[in-house]
Amino acid sequence: MAARRFSSLLARSVSRLLPSSGTNPAVFRGRGIGRFSTAAALEELIAPPIHISYTQNLINGQFVDAASGKTFPTIDPRTGEVIAHVAEGDAEDVNRAVAAARKAFDEGPWPKMTAYERSRILLKFADLVEKHNDELAALETWNNGKPFEQASKAEVPMFARLFRYYAGWADKIHGLTVPADGQYHVQTLHEPIGVAGQIIPWNFPLLMFAWKVGPALASGNTIVLKTAEQTPLTALYAAKLFQEAGLPPGVLNVVSGFGPTAGAALASHMDVDKVAFTGSTATGKIILELAARSNLKPVTLELGGKSPFIVCEDADVDKAVELAHFALFFNQGQCCCAGSRTFVHERVYDEFLEKAKARASRRTVGDPFKKGIEQGPQIDEEQFQKVLGYIKSGIESNATLECGGDRLGSKGYFIQPTVFSNVQDDMLIAKEEIFGPVQSILKFKDLNEVIRRANTTNYGLAAGVFTKSLDAANTLSRALRAGTVWVNCFDVFDAAIPFGGYKMSGIGREKGVYSLKNYLQVKAVVTPLSNPAWL
Amino acid sequence: MAGEVGKPNGSGGLGFKGSQIPHIKFTKLFINGEFVDAVRGRTFETIDPRTGEVIAMIAEGDKEDVDLAVKAAREAFDHGRWPRMSGYERSRILMKFADLIDENIEELAALDTVDAGKLFSWGKTVDIPHGAALLRYYAGAADKIHGEVLKMSGEYQGITLLEPIGVVGAIIPWNFPTNILFMKLAPALAAGCTIIIKPAEQTPLSALFYANLAKQAGIPDGVVNVITGYGPTAGAAICSHMDIDSVSFTGSTEVGRLVMQAAAASNLKTVSLELGGKSPIIIFNDADVDKAAELALLGVVHNKGEICVASSRVFVQEGIYEELEKKLVEKAKAWTVGDPFDPTTNHGPQVDKKQFEKILSYIEHGKVEGATLLTGGKPVGTKGYYIQPTIFADVKDDMTIARDEIFGPVMALMKFKTVEEAIQRANSTRYGLAAGIVTKDLNIANTVSRSIRAGIIWINCYFAFDSDCPYGGYKGSGFGRDLGLDALHKYLQVKSVVTPIYNSPWL
Repeated sequence: MAARRFSSLLARSVSRLLPSSGTNPAVFRGRGIGRFSTAAALEELIAPPIHISYTQNLINGQFVDAASGKTFPTIDPRTGEVIAHVAEGDAEDVNRAVAAARKAFDEGPWPKMTAYERSRILLKFADLVEKHNDELAALETWNNGKPFEQASKAEVPMFARLFRYYAGWADKIHGLTVPADGQYHVQTLHEPIGVAGQIIPWNFPLLMFAWKVGPALASGNTIVLKTAEQTPLTALYAAKLFQEAGLPPGVLNVVSGFGPTAGAALASHMDVDKVAFTGSTATGKIILELAARSNLKPVTLELGGKSPFIVCEDADVDKAVELAHFALFFNQGQCCCAGSRTFVHERVYDEFLEKAKARASRRTVGDPFKKGIEQGPQIDEEQFQKVLGYIKSGIESNATLECGGDRLGSKGYFIQPTVFSNVQDDMLIAKEEIFGPVQSILKFKDLNEVIRRANTTNYGLAAGVFTKSLDAANTLSRALRAGTVWVNCFDVFDAAIPFGGYKMSGIGREKGVYSLKNYLQVKAVVTPLSNPAWL
Repeated sequence: MAGEVGKPNGSGGLGFKGSQIPHIKFTKLFINGEFVDAVRGRTFETIDPRTGEVIAMIAEGDKEDVDLAVKAAREAFDHGRWPRMSGYERSRILMKFADLIDENIEELAALDTVDAGKLFSWGKTVDIPHGAALLRYYAGAADKIHGEVLKMSGEYQGITLLEPIGVVGAIIPWNFPTNILFMKLAPALAAGCTIIIKPAEQTPLSALFYANLAKQAGIPDGVVNVITGYGPTAGAAICSHMDIDSVSFTGSTEVGRLVMQAAAASNLKTVSLELGGKSPIIIFNDADVDKAAELALLGVVHNKGEICVASSRVFVQEGIYEELEKKLVEKAKAWTVGDPFDPTTNHGPQVDKKQFEKILSYIEHGKVEGATLLTGGKPVGTKGYYIQPTIFADVKDDMTIARDEIFGPVMALMKFKTVEEAIQRANSTRYGLAAGIVTKDLNIANTVSRSIRAGIIWINCYFAFDSDCPYGGYKGSGFGRDLGLDALHKYLQVKSVVTPIYNSPWL
């Protein structure tokens, strides 16, 4: 039943895939690979089983060099060494990509095809992704540092699944016929919005590609996608597969490059009809400003978070520990929805703390290509330094460092799984998004208190609730100001479940039926009725 | 003059030589994933309407067989994997099913041609691919069945769960053995239901082939069952079965009534009926006459007029009546009747002797009641069940041919003066399945489309069926809708779940 396991959701499959996240970590101790106390394991790295084929920008169906001829290095975060040099897109490349997307939208054939035809191309693409599952996963791991098992058994299958999901929407995008007060016939047409600019982050390069590209293509738009400068490789590979699936030239253009140049050019482009961005709150603000200053393109933002994970007094502590651990440490802690404030009820706090510390200490860190590894390196030097800086700040602000707290090995960007207890709400590590493997544990007494404290943040992306009480679950679900509340689970990311932020965690929702709205214009068409049989 | 097969409107020539009856692989009932004989061991003949000869002997299912099928479907629903899979897993299997159909298009099209007299070329390019397209459409819907979170007026959380309705009975007619089968099977499977299909006794062959493909695609045993047999025995057993939760029927209005009565007398299973029609096509003075004539003729002769939405009443506004009548006759005469395997044929034989005779008797009624026979009116050839495209003019609204569903290539042509008159006369029928409007005038199009009491209105087109576009009847044409997301809801129950909530910051 592999299909069932991997299709249903990322979280369930990931937690099943990584054997040491279960109840029997001892299995791995004997081998001594990659446990974070065993830095030696980092010295022998597995050579990635993949050749880099695509490093140029994809514009109008052609892989081309940057207009400037410039390239930038993309790095293996296990070592800090260069994997490949990638064409560095800038404003001119964005202009060319937008022109291609504009032509593909205005002249077709993409938006003029039947939705069924579009859906067949998306389905074909998903089949090709399945065929190239391990190549895509290897590329993702090499460029990003995430465990290969996570990429190959959960993320790439989920990537294909998202495209199948949106293929199914393509021929079900319904406008409404609308009742009017008088003798009018009214209908709403849901039209593709046009050329979509999409800027995706480096933490889930393929999944973020799918969240954005899937609904945009299903609804008939054309795209200029800018990947994160840290992780340009898998998007280029996937775009090539899209061409093989029959996507017409110019429908999906991929520009590699940096935010202040290529990203800014896209966000402020007068011929881009919509921009969707996933990344930091600081950059999100810039995107929104650029959209406002240029052509008022509508903006979808999926930004940072400081999501609470609330363990109630009735919780099964062992399960709560495992889930809270997963909620924070998954993907090296590089998740916008990471459960980075672990609120634990005082009655179970001590037991929870001991077990959480033990669990973090058992976490296997090492070469993400090795089997059984739970945690690879952070994405790059900048993030690595930033996370270490937050750890230092935690120590200085008198939180108790329970375990971890330093880098691992002497090469690459590995960080020890780190747990702080006695964290207070006003400490920097409780307020700011760390985006690394640093768990902050806070104590609470009652529900009203934890609701207030959990909501005392600029962010509102997600929340975890761990309780057996139906009433507590319902009360917390409604009271937490966040776009997703996971009750007795975390990081459940089905294609159909919408995701997005309250407050400064963003604007709009991605995935599910809700995401289609980001890529559709609603046009009301009104005409008088003469002598209608009914109104 | 009785025409002959293979020439425009049947004048001279012989049958097409290239026709081939495919090897018939499946002739038994399909129950719980196996092909089995009927309990009583009986069989019945399925006939080639081109010749009246027997194609194969088919297992004749009856009540005992339906019981076995329901038992299997019940078990598959109550304890099996199918409704417990994620919608996505079901969708993957349905997609695979669709791909298997694509791989067998020629053979499937040949089965429907030899069994129903349908055009082979049309089967290959339209009917069979549409079966696959319907599976893909509903596969895409399987993971998008959303309940709602409700706005309660107190401190309650209310939600709706859309649950599969359970074991479904589907009774399929012989005129579109593939399309109508998938109109019912695809949404029922997407919703997570299990099903017992009874194809028409005239056309059992493709349904059994599809059952085999369903198994190959990975649909678990017991989820899809096919009982071939007759209405009064197997069909009636389905409709009155206490363990079937819903029945979906397409067929005649008389039988539809029996289906509903049986459901009422047994377990009050939900019923959807897609029944007969006497659909008008209304052509206004401003219409492009050539295009209008083409639509009106196609509307009544497509599939030999064996189509529930046939445009069997053609209302033409007086300003263009003469010209349109002339064009209709020309086009009808050019319409080729012949072997449905011949790619140049427009029109094969009627499905069986009974239908053939019924149509000829309606043609007699038309003559006797004083309508003017403009063209056609006779059988074609001496073998098989071919009938010429037939047009009657000077038809009065109260004539039998203007009131009854003929289910053959027989047009009742009528003249009207005003929009109001056209609406009133078009609605003077016990049916309400479809209607066509041919006009360039926006106001006429809007007014008439709201005024006609029918489930689908085609403006300047006809037979524009689509996976996403629901259709079904008003009045005596039935209730419930096939196709589109509406059809999915026939196979879903709505369950509301309510629980108190405390200290909610909003209500």
